[in-house]
Amino acid sequence: MLLAATYSAPTVFDGIANTVALIVLLLEFGMLRAALLRAQVRLYAGQSLAVSVLAAVVAFGRHVPELYALAALSLLLKVVVVPLLIIGLLREANEEIAGSGTLGVTQEVLISIGVGAFGFFAVGVLGIHSEVLPTAALSLSVAVVLVAFILMIVRRDVVSQAIGFFSLENGVSVASLVVAAGMPLILEVAFLFDLLVAVVVFGVLMRTHHRRSQSLSTENLDRLRG
Amino acid sequence: MAVVLVLLVALPLATTIACTAVSHRVAAALTALTGIATFVSTVAVVPSALGHTQTALRYLRADALSVVFVLGTCFLYAATAIYAIGYLDAEARVVRDQSVEQQMVFARHSRRFYLGLNAFAWSMICAPLVNGLALLWIAVEITTVVSALLVALDDTEGATEAAWKYVLIASSGLGIALLATIFMYYAGSQVLGQSYDLAFDPLMHKAAHLPQTPVRLAFVLAVVGYGTKVGLFPVHTWLPDAHAEAPTPVSALLSGSLLAVSFYAILRYYQISVVALGPRFPQTVLLVFGVASLLLAALYLLEQHDIKRLLAYSSVEHMGILAIGVSFGAPLALSGVLLHVLAHAAAKGNAFMGAGVLVRKFGTKELRAMADGIRLLPWSGPLFLIAVLALSAMPPFGLFRSEFQIVAGGLAHARNAATAVLVCLVTLAFLGLTIATTRILFRPRPDAVEPDDAAPAGEPSRWMVAPVVAGVLVLLILGLLPPADLVDLLNHAAADLAVGAP
Repeated sequence: MLLAATYSAPTVFDGIANTVALIVLLLEFGMLRAALLRAQVRLYAGQSLAVSVLAAVVAFGRHVPELYALAALSLLLKVVVVPLLIIGLLREANEEIAGSGTLGVTQEVLISIGVGAFGFFAVGVLGIHSEVLPTAALSLSVAVVLVAFILMIVRRDVVSQAIGFFSLENGVSVASLVVAAGMPLILEVAFLFDLLVAVVVFGVLMRTHHRRSQSLSTENLDRLRG
Repeated sequence: MAVVLVLLVALPLATTIACTAVSHRVAAALTALTGIATFVSTVAVVPSALGHTQTALRYLRADALSVVFVLGTCFLYAATAIYAIGYLDAEARVVRDQSVEQQMVFARHSRRFYLGLNAFAWSMICAPLVNGLALLWIAVEITTVVSALLVALDDTEGATEAAWKYVLIASSGLGIALLATIFMYYAGSQVLGQSYDLAFDPLMHKAAHLPQTPVRLAFVLAVVGYGTKVGLFPVHTWLPDAHAEAPTPVSALLSGSLLAVSFYAILRYYQISVVALGPRFPQTVLLVFGVASLLLAALYLLEQHDIKRLLAYSSVEHMGILAIGVSFGAPLALSGVLLHVLAHAAAKGNAFMGAGVLVRKFGTKELRAMADGIRLLPWSGPLFLIAVLALSAMPPFGLFRSEFQIVAGGLAHARNAATAVLVCLVTLAFLGLTIATTRILFRPRPDAVEPDDAAPAGEPSRWMVAPVVAGVLVLLILGLLPPADLVDLLNHAAADLAVGAP
């Protein structure tokens, strides 16, 4: 009886939610190994789309109509506005290939698998259960955050690093869908607005960097030390 | 009093908007007046913030703790706004005789500077005054993006590099802080129901019933996340770069206010965690981060080549002291910590403003090239010396009183080993700071410098001295006879923080 309760088959809702969360993580890995900056931006847009879909799934499955608004807003902002801004910058910069990582792709992916697995299982044992989404989605979101950190660390160009930060925010969005789905809409909108401000500032600084050094690479950003 | 709260938030915002349209001189005057007005109104709020919490417009809230932080920020806002008049005046004078194009460039630079300065001050005033952890995160994130633009303002290679590092590292840190926010939301939702807005009062009322694991997770994530902006080891790496490359008035605000405001965010999490988890866990976390930061800063202070980086590491040191002071948990130490926030704002503001004058005078940030400052700068030389002595917690200045309280609180609560470590490392930091200062001020000028290069004695601008004198007065008042209302305020805030601690 107890066993049956513990190992009951997941519902359709849980299955869909976990699949979408897993897609978010897979796209994060895609960004990690994408060699072209444009491809990376497209993957980011895809990941944001997955996050928006997840929000809509929760809104539908758990009857939280506010989340439809959130899904629409995040679709507009993260799938359309942010990628367009970065693509615009790339067109100006006329650079296609991402700055080579400090590590080879294989090592990057292996390290990320290790770190992501650590995040996945570490959160799993904490026993944080949500009524909205299965716990696996939370573990996946933490894995996304950690892989985003790896992405920011190993990449050596401003666009990839910025994308790393934006995708980190996607990971946090998934986590907030799991454990804070009831958060008032006004706060969620404020978070998104804040992200928009951050994106604009990132854009300004990327442009400044490109104007000064004529490249997107961060290789020459090593003068300040000590 | 609710009116004053709204005023405090609305006035700098109005000035920010006004600065988009007006000329350089008007913007300078307007900013200085706004700074002074906000400081005066915060002082006026102090007596009413003693007993009870003020709220306004649902999303604004002020209790003793937040007023302490707003007080420090507004003082520095006023001081740097006055200092900025002199700081930009020299550049304005240079371009006056030049082409129209140059004047346009300067006008744009000045407009951006005042726009950014006011927006930065506004966001830092908002952060302690908003009601709730989510809004607090938003305010801190706004401080980050605004100040990153200010760091990049000088448009040198160093400034671009520092700004990029700053915005990337601090934003990632705030990403972690956002995770902390939503885990705290989860913890609260177990008690307060699925939908609530993370306001402080309900959370603190129910803090004892919050589930332990999410709160523990949220607290550690908050210390690491907001700690990135506080400058705690090992996530301090943006700090010396940004402080060194920003325009001097911005450096003063970054160091004196921004770090403190981020520390305020940690204190809010501490306040909830200490009730939910008991004092042991949060205090140990803060102690570890505090000692590590203090140790790192003390070592880096011994070997510095750049005057503004020197002061930046001194900020890391003082943030370490704050974290250690909170980890002692004694009400005496906690009120010392809050006094330290105020005194550090005044002293570090003074030190950066003095350093700005030195950099102007010598035309470089390199410590090696600075000598004989005491003769060349009849006012700023001695004032810089006073600022450094104050930073090293010499009596009779405010930092002496605050560090004395922290140490006394630590000993009274039998945190003997940590207290001993604190005193040793502070002494080490004192050594590093004073060696560098002695070299700047008292070393005779090396012969290598050509005689016509040796600038004549004299101050670059009176506006750059006046706020420093005011800062010294504040330090003396805080050290010798702090006003009774202020002491009450600090004690109230410390008592709020000490709830649940032994």
